[in-house]
Amino acid sequence: MIQVQNLRKEFGAKVAVDNVSFTVEKGEVLGFLGPNGAGKSTSMRMVTGYFRPTSGSIKIGGIDMLESPEQAKKSIGYLPENAPLYSDMTVASFLGFCAEVRGITGAAKAKAVDRVLDLCFLHRVRNQSVDTLSKGYRHRTCFAQSIIHDPDVLILDEPTDGLDPNQKHEVRQLIKNMGKSKAIIFSTHILEEVDAACSRAMIIDRGKVVADGTPESLRKLVPGCASLDEVFRSITRSDLEK
Amino acid sequence: MKNSDIANTLAIFKREFLSYFNSPVLYVIVVIYLLASMGFTFFFGRFLDSDNASLTQTFFFWHPWIYIVLAPAVGMRLWSEEHRLGTFELLMTMPLSPWQAIVGKFVAAALVWAIGLALTFSIVITVSWLGSPDPGPIITGYVASYLYALGCLAVTSAASAYTRSQVVCFIVSVALCILLTLIGYPGIVDSVVRTLPGSLEGLVRFVSYLSFMDHFYEMTKGIFVIRDVLYFISVIVVALIITHLGLRSKRA
Repeated sequence: MIQVQNLRKEFGAKVAVDNVSFTVEKGEVLGFLGPNGAGKSTSMRMVTGYFRPTSGSIKIGGIDMLESPEQAKKSIGYLPENAPLYSDMTVASFLGFCAEVRGITGAAKAKAVDRVLDLCFLHRVRNQSVDTLSKGYRHRTCFAQSIIHDPDVLILDEPTDGLDPNQKHEVRQLIKNMGKSKAIIFSTHILEEVDAACSRAMIIDRGKVVADGTPESLRKLVPGCASLDEVFRSITRSDLEK
Repeated sequence: MKNSDIANTLAIFKREFLSYFNSPVLYVIVVIYLLASMGFTFFFGRFLDSDNASLTQTFFFWHPWIYIVLAPAVGMRLWSEEHRLGTFELLMTMPLSPWQAIVGKFVAAALVWAIGLALTFSIVITVSWLGSPDPGPIITGYVASYLYALGCLAVTSAASAYTRSQVVCFIVSVALCILLTLIGYPGIVDSVVRTLPGSLEGLVRFVSYLSFMDHFYEMTKGIFVIRDVLYFISVIVVALIITHLGLRSKRA
């Protein structure tokens, strides 16, 4: 579903993403790991068509993102970092707007909004203004937006950030369940999430892919490291060692 | 234009238009607009003393000065707010072209302004009741006034594409609107022509021809000139193209 080849992004002289390639098929959940500023968000922003890559190619379900972005974006659902929302709308009207922009109108729109309100446990706040929502609800509202059109591809930038342990668990379960029928990429700092939800994980450091495999194989990557945590620390560089 | 293009533009338009009514800013602006336009007409324009059933010198005359401040106040949230909230990223990853979003939002702001302008209808009733005005200049006056407001709104849209701060957008837009107004103000143009060597007069006249003012006053006199309408339309188109470039630079 997602084919990314030799992706590169420069911001001025700084190379944010350097020669990243990967594919994600339906039924796969790919975890994006890496320290802050490693290029995870930048990569996701290119895959979703927000940033234009300096070079490389992105295909979503065989459609080229750079040649026909509007067509390619149809099959993507995206949860940006920080879960942005229009603060003057209610939860239901925001989701209705997102459905309309994606060509879902009339009775189908009402059905789609109801479906995601259910999936994300938002019924209680459906008529509440986004302004007054707690962080967990805001996050789930934006998550609901990303699945309103039941996309084949789901790209989630830190979907569990700022949630309490119960909500984290729910979101992981949701990702795992949807991963059976969709191609999903999600980024996280939390390594236990990789085991909980991913079928595959990629570790990115300073714009480059440094490891790619099943959580199982990543654990065996560095001899002497028993946990993913240790593997992560031994193959990525911290800010202390420039 | 495909059907989906129109549907996308409409979806953006609808959200934007309704969001104006959720914010107190709109009501404040409309009230200030009505107070200012009527205040100028009766106190500075001396509408009642003028003994003339015409709105050109008493009512429409003041509109540019009101729009310079109030149109940026209406338009400053167009893109700045999207940048600040981060919803810009969401919008640009949805299956619509930036143009659909730019046009949808601009039309929403334009319709809001049409409502404001329509609420000044009482002055038309007043002038018709007091005398028998020539309807021509009133109609072209309204068209000119609306086009002036749209020109200021389009300039604001362009400024808002480049900044996440509504304050910065407001100040820059007001400055640009003042500039576009003053370079055609007769008093200023004449004094510049007098100071500069005669060989540059053509240039000064050309620059003043590019101003909003020049085209506005022609139309309020009741002369409906296609050239002046086309002028404002091209200002809007250019400003929206600059908006597009601004949005693209945010995604590079």
